[in-house]
Amino acid sequence: MKLGIQINEGPYNHEASVTALNYCKAAIEAGHEIFRVFFYHDGVNNGTRYSTPPQDDIHIANSWSDLAKEHNLDLVVCVAAAQRRGIVDEGEQERNGKDGNNIADGFRISGLGQLIEAGIESDRLVVFGD
Amino acid sequence: MAILHTVNKSPFERNSLDACLRLAAKGSSVLMIEDGVYGAMKGTEKSAAVDSAKGDISFYVLGPDLKARGISEDKLIDGIKVVDYSGFVSLTVDNDKVQAWL
Amino acid sequence: MATKKFMYVNRKAPYGTIYAWESLEVILIGAAFEQDVALAFIDDGVYQIAKGQDTTDLGIKNFSPTYSALGDYDINKIYVEKESLDARGLTVDDLMPLKWEDEDEDWAEKDSIKVVSADEMKALLDESDVLLNF
Repeated sequence: MKLGIQINEGPYNHEASVTALNYCKAAIEAGHEIFRVFFYHDGVNNGTRYSTPPQDDIHIANSWSDLAKEHNLDLVVCVAAAQRRGIVDEGEQERNGKDGNNIADGFRISGLGQLIEAGIESDRLVVFGD
Repeated sequence: MAILHTVNKSPFERNSLDACLRLAAKGSSVLMIEDGVYGAMKGTEKSAAVDSAKGDISFYVLGPDLKARGISEDKLIDGIKVVDYSGFVSLTVDNDKVQAWL
Repeated sequence: MATKKFMYVNRKAPYGTIYAWESLEVILIGAAFEQDVALAFIDDGVYQIAKGQDTTDLGIKNFSPTYSALGDYDINKIYVEKESLDARGLTVDDLMPLKWEDEDEDWAEKDSIKVVSADEMKALLDESDVLLNF
């Protein structure tokens, strides 16, 4: 099956991102396709490359980047939510006159249409949030 | 057209489990995850609501979340099945869609 | 693109968290995709469409007027759960009078809001293809 994933919360504050990560791993192992992982609301904060959690704990952003790389996943951070919360790629940096960018590897910033498309194209949409 | 309902909050913190039980149709499945697993414990003020819904609804609870919280399986309401993440995925596939009671 | 029945489920109050506003943003963008859209307001979600919201003294945006524009986006299936209203001492008269214009009936103005029982809401959820929650 094609699975669409929506993540509403940021790393560490809520369990949502870790639950979604473990769910995606199990889905891939079972032979399903992850159509897209869409990060909305504070979920965009999963896409920062500046997170430095303690060494003895999970590195959530890196875990997503690694999973994306290994399985060619489409990790999308909502542009409107990202702008509000300060998650920036090179394009956004230039467009909005910021002095840097912080998007993590494997993530891309795009519009809410990507979430709607995931709802249309996937066989199931699974939401992880607060 | 069966729904897989997920409940991720403790029934003592939020009304999500209440809302779910009020709006889950006969034949649907409810999977308790994250803090929602506290709703699967017997001997609480919320246990009766789950117990009486068992006839119409299939209840599941995510094992890794139980374990994280130190809840042993003998503390669960009878008839609730413990699943792991692959079981969560199977439930998604076996039902038509997922309703996340956040 | 296939046409699916999208149901946006709103269960949280406005302003205390951003979910009400950011879910509206999805609904508005989603309107362009020509899907079959319905909104459900359950639990504290019913407060999102309460009349008389004024955020002046908070200094933040009052986004409630946006609900009134939904009719223009062909979003006219707005279901509000009666049990949720009752528990909060509200009736449909406490809600914004959301309307749409039916071009099949000479642009007659109609109510978009339908107050439904829990059992009816249960059936509406069951009939949907995609359930979005925030």
